[in-house]
Parts: sequence; structure tokens; C-alpha cells
Amino acid sequence: MTDHPTVRAGVPAIEMTGVAVSALRDPDTTVAEGINWTVNAGDYWVVAGPHGSGKSDFLMLTGGLMAPRQGQYRFLGEEMPIFEESRLKERLRLGLVFDGGQLFNHLTVAENVALPLRYHHNLSQTDVTTAISELLECTELAPWGQSMPGTLGRGWQKRAGLARALALKPEVLLVDDPLAGLDPRQVHWCLGFLDQLSKGHSLTAGRPVTLVVTTADFRPWKCHARQFAVLRNRGFVVLGAWEQLERASEDMERELLTERAQTE
Amino acid sequence: MEKGNASALSAPRARLLPRLPLPRSLTGYVGRGLFRFLLTMQGLGAFTLITLGVMISRFGAARQVMRPRVFQEISRAGLRLLPMFLFISAALGLVVIGQTVSWLTRVGAINYLGTVMVVVVVRELGPLVAALLVLARIGTANVIELGTARAMGEVEALEALGIDPVHYLVVPRVVGMALGVFALTVYLILGALLSGYLWAFLQDVPLRPGDYFHQLAAALSGLDFALLAIKAVAFGSIIALVTCYHGLAQPLRLEEVSRATVAAVAQSIVACVLLDALFIIIYLAT
Repeated sequence: MTDHPTVRAGVPAIEMTGVAVSALRDPDTTVAEGINWTVNAGDYWVVAGPHGSGKSDFLMLTGGLMAPRQGQYRFLGEEMPIFEESRLKERLRLGLVFDGGQLFNHLTVAENVALPLRYHHNLSQTDVTTAISELLECTELAPWGQSMPGTLGRGWQKRAGLARALALKPEVLLVDDPLAGLDPRQVHWCLGFLDQLSKGHSLTAGRPVTLVVTTADFRPWKCHARQFAVLRNRGFVVLGAWEQLERASEDMERELLTERAQTE
Repeated sequence: MEKGNASALSAPRARLLPRLPLPRSLTGYVGRGLFRFLLTMQGLGAFTLITLGVMISRFGAARQVMRPRVFQEISRAGLRLLPMFLFISAALGLVVIGQTVSWLTRVGAINYLGTVMVVVVVRELGPLVAALLVLARIGTANVIELGTARAMGEVEALEALGIDPVHYLVVPRVVGMALGVFALTVYLILGALLSGYLWAFLQDVPLRPGDYFHQLAAALSGLDFALLAIKAVAFGSIIALVTCYHGLAQPLRLEEVSRATVAAVAQSIVACVLLDALFIIIYLAT
């Protein structure tokens, strides 16, 4: 349904230079600063940080919901954030999945997933039936398509949020703490699904999706993500691949690799 | 801090005011009240301009989504309130005629019954009562719905999907409430005029239906119809804008929703009454 131009060769998907992030709910508070970060097309990043380190705010900024307090942030070569109608097409190449799904409570699950497609392509609910059925099938949400979001468990709400973000077939997908509060079966499904997206899924016409995921625990992402970074002491540190992460000597990285990370 | 339309309206300075210590003098109290009023007016003015801008710039956009949303709001702020309005119109006719007949009979001025109905119901009570009832039934629901949506992060979710929250959430409500208040005002007035005659008939007033409607027609002018339409649409728009502003722009946490609802209702009433006063001046000047 959506036909985006592919990422231009040599242009990073995400490029941050000296970026400072403010809190979404309190714009006067800086949660991280001096961020220099480059994400290339096809990357699969995991950004970890303990509770309150500003992971969600960082992802909201990356998702274009607020401007950097300082520095420059370019998404596929475009200055972010994008609020102008004329550049909206570029903005829609990026998908954002919220921690709690953030579904619209007045719409059913199917209507939630259909909304971005219907709004941006001016289609009726019946016009998008096939596309929505495919999204609901792939996320195992088909039995709950006509349910209201409030009747779903947290894990299923997250999946619905993921399905909604995928409706416009984004090239870059940001997922806020997808494993938080999930049972082992849901964790297994989520990791497998994100792996498929990273390699190329039928939902995105086989095109690999660039992924950025936040977490409070590195361990489940071993053998899944390819690049790792950490938010600590109001700073952003790129750690590299898993092997480099295991060699990290900082307390914070060690903590995010231990049992304590999950229990806190 | 640059953000999307709805988020940009948060006024941190206004949120700081309740946290300040109590003013130590009457001047300080009045000054703070004035400061708060000016901040609210600034926020409301900006919100109104943004909404108007979005209505114009995105006119006809996403028609398949927006048209059902507008119809839904018209139904909510108009059609579904009709039974209550018919009941209120019957009561309004009784109240006005009941009181008027006894006094007009004493002074032998029963021929002015139609004129009184036009002056009281058509020009004044009809639009104001309709607006206040829609405010009570739908305006409060607006603040609670939007405030909860804002507190639950649904506004950010819309922005993340590239959907303008003002276009999706506010524009249908403004159109729905403006048209809803207009339609309900017409029904309320018609119902009150008809029930007014019924109550006059039951009180044995020697007035034929033809004479009553002749009195009404004589008291009405073209300006009445024009001002009535403008007034009703303006009341509906004001209620929608004030309630949406307080629902969307202010509450960031769930516990702030109740405070926002109280403020929205109070400010909507004040704004409607002030506008009504402006219309009285126009009537008197013409």
C-alpha cells in the first residue's frame, strides 16, 4: 500500500551530533546530552539503561516527537523533527512503538491498526480489510480484532501497537522496551518477530527494517541485536557488538548484564 | 521547545502558578489572578488560531476518516440530545408563558405575548440555554476524554503516526458542537414557542393560534435570524474550543483532568455570557 523510496546509499538512517535530550513531560529537564550516534540502514540496535535513565525520552526524540535541546539530528538526511505537511512523507518512513502500545481507547484493535493507513491514504475501513487482516494474523491478534484495547492484556496491547506502527511499512522502527512485563512465551515471540523484521518480513515486502530497541536488560538480546549502546550518567555510550559489550568494564554495563537488571 | 500542534500548547508558566505560595496582599492576589487570566487567554487564543489554521489547511484531507468523525460528533452534540431538549423546550415555554400571562393579563397587555416570547426565548434564553446544556452534557465529556487521552500518551501516538492531533481530535468536535448547538437552539426555540401557546391555551388566555403566530412574526426581523444563527454557532465553537483546549493542552497527568474540567466549564460559561452581552449591545444599537 505504501511505496517508500529506499534509503539513499551512503546516507545514515539516523545521525545525531552533540544532541541533548529533554524530558517529554518536562522540557526544562535534560536527561542526556552530548549524544553522537550513527545508525546505518539494516542495523539492529539495542539501547539499554536503568529505570529513569531517559530511554523513553531518547526514543521519543529519535521518533521525532520533540526537537533536540542542543545539537543536530538528521533522519535519512532530513532535519528532525518534521512537523511540516510538505515533509510528512519522509517522517512516515519512521515507525515508533510505545512502551504500553498507546492504543486509542475509543477504537477497536483493528480500527487502531487501520487508522494510519486510512488517514494517510484516505481509505475506508473496508478498503483496508486485507492489509489489516495480514497485520493482525502476523501478530496473532486476529481473534481480538474487534475487541476494545482496554480488554486486552499488556502484552497484546504492545503487539497491537507494533502492528499499528508497521501499517505504513516503515524503513526504520523504534521500539520502546518491548520485553518489559512480558511472559517468556511473549518474549520469545517478540524476539523472533523483530529478528524477522530485521531480516525482511512479508509485512514490509521482504525489505529489512532498521531497528532500534530500548531495554533495561541486555541479556535477552544476545544473538538477536547486532549493535549495543547504553544510556548512563546523562550520557550515551556506543558499545558495539555483543563481544565488546561482554568485555565492558563499567559497572553500569555489568549491571545491565546481570539478574539485578530484570528484578529492578 | 518545538513540538507538534497539541503538545506545543502546554503552558509551563501557567502550571507553575498553583505551586507558588499564597499571595501576601490583596494586590498580589488580584495580580496573580490577572496574570493567570492573561496566560489562559494567550493559550486559548493560540489554540483557536491553530485550530482555524488546521481547519483551513487540511480542509478535505483524509475525508474517509474525518467525515465519519464529524458525523459522529454532530450526532453526539446534536441528535442524541434532542429528547432532552424537547423536554426542556416544553418546560421553557411553560416558565415564560406561565409567568408572563399572569402579569400581562393584569396590565391588559396580552397582545404582547408573542413579542415577549421572541424577546425572551428567541433572542436570549434559547441560544444560551442550548449552549449551557450542550456544555453540561458534551463539553465536560470532551475535557475528560481528551484529558485522559493526553495523559495516556494517545496524543503522542497520533503525532508518531503523522496524524495531526488538532485535525483528528479537535476539528470534528468544533464542527460537531457548532452545528449541534445551532440545530438544538432551533428545535429548542420552536418547541418553546409551541409549548408556550399550549400553556397559554390551558390558562384560558383568549388568544387564537393565528393571532399568536402573527404576533411572533411581527416581532421577528431578518436580523433576529442572522444573529441567532451566528450566536448559536459561536456558542458551540466557544464551548468546543475551550473544552478541547483544557483537555488537550493542559493536563499531562490523570489527576489534573478533574481540575481541567472545572476550569473548562467555568471559562466556557463566562465566555458564552460575555458573548451574549456583546450581542445585547448589537441588538440595542440596531
